[in-house]
Amino acid sequence: MSDAVVPHRVEPSAPRARSGTGWLKRALDSDIFYSFRRSRMTMVAAAVTLLFFLLAIFASQLAVQNPFDPAQLQLMNSRISPLWTADGQSPFLLGTDEQGRDVFSAILYGLRISLVVGVLGVIFAGALGITLGLIAGYVGGAVDGLIMRIADVQLTFPAILIALLVNGVAKSVFGNRLDAMSTLTVLVVAIGLSFWVQYARTVRGSVMVEKNKDYVAAAQLIGLPAPKIIFRHVLPNTMGPILVIATINLALAIITEATLSFLGAGMPDTMPSLGTLIRIGNNYLFAGEWWIVAFPGIGLAGLILSINLLGDWLRDALNPKLR
Amino acid sequence: MLAFTLRRAIQAIGVMIAVGVIAFSMFRFAGDPVNQIVSLDTPAAEREAVRKSLGLDDPVPVQFARYFVNAAQFKFGVSYQFRQPVSNLLMERMPATLELAACATVFAMVFGILMGVYSALRRDTLLTKFFQAVSLIGISLPTFLIGILLIYLFSVTLGWLPSFGRGDVVRIGWWTTGLLTLSGLKALIMPSITLGLFQMTLIMRLVRAEMLEVLRTDYIRFARARGLTTRAVHFGHALKNTLVPVITVAGLQFGSVIAFAIITETVFQWPGMGLLFVQAVQNVDIPIMAAYLLMVSLIFVTINLVVDILYTIVDPRLRSTISRPA
Repeated sequence: MSDAVVPHRVEPSAPRARSGTGWLKRALDSDIFYSFRRSRMTMVAAAVTLLFFLLAIFASQLAVQNPFDPAQLQLMNSRISPLWTADGQSPFLLGTDEQGRDVFSAILYGLRISLVVGVLGVIFAGALGITLGLIAGYVGGAVDGLIMRIADVQLTFPAILIALLVNGVAKSVFGNRLDAMSTLTVLVVAIGLSFWVQYARTVRGSVMVEKNKDYVAAAQLIGLPAPKIIFRHVLPNTMGPILVIATINLALAIITEATLSFLGAGMPDTMPSLGTLIRIGNNYLFAGEWWIVAFPGIGLAGLILSINLLGDWLRDALNPKLR
Repeated sequence: MLAFTLRRAIQAIGVMIAVGVIAFSMFRFAGDPVNQIVSLDTPAAEREAVRKSLGLDDPVPVQFARYFVNAAQFKFGVSYQFRQPVSNLLMERMPATLELAACATVFAMVFGILMGVYSALRRDTLLTKFFQAVSLIGISLPTFLIGILLIYLFSVTLGWLPSFGRGDVVRIGWWTTGLLTLSGLKALIMPSITLGLFQMTLIMRLVRAEMLEVLRTDYIRFARARGLTTRAVHFGHALKNTLVPVITVAGLQFGSVIAFAIITETVFQWPGMGLLFVQAVQNVDIPIMAAYLLMVSLIFVTINLVVDILYTIVDPRLRSTISRPA
């Protein structure tokens, strides 16, 4: 992925044409939609991503049991292999684990948590990075220097290391036994703090280009306050590259969350994400119960692969240089 | 040139001081160190004595200076869970991590360069498409999934390779090596592949892109016109010129290989610094976390500095632009 700042074309369909069919028509006519229809791989990736999101949203309707509710789990049903194998039992499509938890239901709920952490993490990182990038680019000078030095230093450290450190510090400040919801918050913050740099750098670059344009001078002349110029006028013109980074970062954020949970520094067993499920399932691999780890793994890999393919396509589609 | 080196060195020291401040504040402010050492029913007077003996009632700048002086001598305090000096723990485990990281880097370089050169020279063969699929998987699959997959294939199903640990190690001075025994070498294979796969993908893509670029240049055309054999053009002229950026990237990546070893070491229960760090995060063992952060930063900063300086030596074109302040 290149860090190069991409001067991008302002999308005509975005802000003003909100009225009914006109908006839809323009979207369908756009170059982006054309390039989307041209690439079969991208359409498959988009469909798979959408499917994953739908599965996560309707998890409680689709699951045969609530895997978090101990009352619904029966030890009688433990260690059942998938339905199509000799020992398979209905309704456990993908088998059950040690506690009689249905693997398919656990994956649906785990997917929900992975996606929530991923999306919130990306939003948090984006908000932090965009704000700092706008300030650095617009104000310039010493503020710019300070923010960008911090970014430089942080960029040399892998995100997973920073996320682990933030996690460890949060644990020691709030005590080792955080409940599941606070752990989720800590994960979102950890991911946000690890991924803000790229947004900040990209936005700063775009702002430095944009702020010398006439429309900013005009806005300054009529006496608009700086925050309004920054957020209402400059920010929309930097959105293209940000969208690309956000898509690719969503995949990275999901990987980071899964890795943290796998390492035992993420979601607890009582509220497992896909990474937690893989960590739990990994313990049963040697007993031959491969399905407990395999299906969450396949789910995670499929999710990341399809989001990555979407991100790659978006990068090419929004980059006029590559057309 | 000297000014450039000096400026980079000062920057590097600045980074280390910043990391030191973070490590110190973790050590000092994230949880009370006294509570970690004494038991719950220790009387207040005894707590005060411990506090005093640790020097925790001194002014914060004094404490920071003391922490810094100690850290510079690799004294990082005592681990809460092991009750041993952190530096001993780290030193004991460092050879395992460095050996793993070195093997992974060698694996990534060898296969990455081979695959990259092949896919640049033969662009539309089936094997090239296969390599590209592998590279997409290398980027999309989380490291720990690759490790689990390898364990399932080669340990559980086929029973060829050990699934955890370092095998038998030989002690040479304070260094322990698994490179001299058969079981040690066997134990290295899967972790090295797991750790190196991402770097291999990166190097393959880089070599391919650089090769394609270089093959279009005039001096390659001229070499062809001189009647050199295809082999001499490809490997003597083209490959040689792609290797400078490749070696730079591989060098810079060595730091992240060490950091990513955290994941690989956990999957394979490899007794290195990464596993120690993960256990420290799980058990909130702040001295180990702070020390690991300092050690890894030192490695990172040193590598960056060395690569920057080497770069100007290798590529004289950079000198004129760098010697002027930007």
